[in-house]
Amino acid sequence: MRRVVVTGLGAITPLGNSVKNNWESLLQNKSGIKKITKFNVDGYPCTIAGTIEDSLIDEQIISQRDQRRNDRFITLGIIAANEAYLDAGFNPNEEEANRYGVIIGSGIGGLDSIYKNSLILNDQGIRRISPFFIPSSLINLTSGQVSIKYGLKGPNSSPVTACATGTHAIGDSFTLIKNNKADLMICGGSEAAVCPIGMAGFSAARALCDTFNDNPESGSRPWDKKRSGFVMGEGAGVLVLEEYEHAKKRGADIYGEIKGYGLSGDAFHITKPSEDGNGGFRAMEMAVKESELSLEDIQYINAHGTSTPVGDLIELSAVERMFENHKNIFMNSNKSAIGHLLGAAGAVEAVFTLKSIQNSILPATLNLDEPERETFIDLVPNTPKEAKIKNAISNSFGFGGTNASLVIGTI
Amino acid sequence: MSDIEERVKKIVVEHLGVDESKIQSDSKFIDDLGADSLDTVELVMAFEEEFGCEIPDDAAEKIVTMKDAVSFLSDNSN
Repeated sequence: MRRVVVTGLGAITPLGNSVKNNWESLLQNKSGIKKITKFNVDGYPCTIAGTIEDSLIDEQIISQRDQRRNDRFITLGIIAANEAYLDAGFNPNEEEANRYGVIIGSGIGGLDSIYKNSLILNDQGIRRISPFFIPSSLINLTSGQVSIKYGLKGPNSSPVTACATGTHAIGDSFTLIKNNKADLMICGGSEAAVCPIGMAGFSAARALCDTFNDNPESGSRPWDKKRSGFVMGEGAGVLVLEEYEHAKKRGADIYGEIKGYGLSGDAFHITKPSEDGNGGFRAMEMAVKESELSLEDIQYINAHGTSTPVGDLIELSAVERMFENHKNIFMNSNKSAIGHLLGAAGAVEAVFTLKSIQNSILPATLNLDEPERETFIDLVPNTPKEAKIKNAISNSFGFGGTNASLVIGTI
Repeated sequence: MSDIEERVKKIVVEHLGVDESKIQSDSKFIDDLGADSLDTVELVMAFEEEFGCEIPDDAAEKIVTMKDAVSFLSDNSN
């Protein structure tokens, strides 16, 4: 059976523009959540977000000119992909390139570009619409751009499953390699929806945190009593997945292994998760089954944990149900530090899961001052914790009732 | 160099990301300066904006070189 390992990582988030910066900041309990200053948020119920300074976007990787021609979500995806590509250090010949592919998705894609071009069409007419508008907004264009940049001619696509996108992209890539349709995949998610229409839309859906505008760093607080919604973040996470023998043969450094992938649908509500948490439970169950591990072999859950009143407890209950007879289970939420990166969240969190396993330390769940309720699960409140982790589950759940889980572990 | 030629050159440098020294009066946007069909549409839009004129599609199709652009804009700009 073909095994799938991880040989490259890349991330750009509100905590920094490399995996190294991110990881150091996470362990220092830093928060990337700030007051939004890029556009006027007067009258917005939520005025905070996890944003990335433009100065962190390296023009050597994507020039000013190319940044103008791509929506920000593509720019961020290219930055993270570039880091993962260099980290993995591969250079395919023509034949190999046909077996190397790209699956980088996004939850929303070029929302800001669509908004801006709508204004141009309305105010100035059709002649002012840029020929780059459509290719700058399409979600699969991150995969397209990355494949062009590195000459990768294998499978090329992009899932769009809201906040589960990044996890689906990794899981789908894992499945392709496992089923011998590819030998190497660059995969992950990117998002840049911290823009006027994005903030307005999620506010209207009553999804965002609206009680910490004066104290941004405290806004994202999964499982805490005072949580009031998620804090949006922007960024991208990208991994290089590779068939195990293929990675060994070229002497690649291996971060860990993707062992299982589960996915399910709630069939319940457009924005709310199913109340019994059954959808998330079944996604985890399917991933664990594929991994052929027993639950004793799993020590850690990298939670979806968005800091919403309803979702946090439903996920907690599902994890409790799964691990009810087990002790020493850890679960944290990286969103407490970077906010909710929507379609990029699962990919960035998979990167952090691998770093946690590699370094035997779990970043803290920030702002978890008073848990909503008691649990036997260690939610890693406010202080990072050393823990030997052999295997972990990373969860992502999205609007539309879409659920995805990965089992990630040591090889 | 005429004022119009200089302004056209500036737009081409900005939009195509080419070195100014590579741009000659007979340089073709697509064959010599690396533009693709989308780039040329954007170039024409930028000319329209800079020179405050409208370049109809049939005229735009005939703007192949730097010289073509300068000559059209000399005759038609406001």
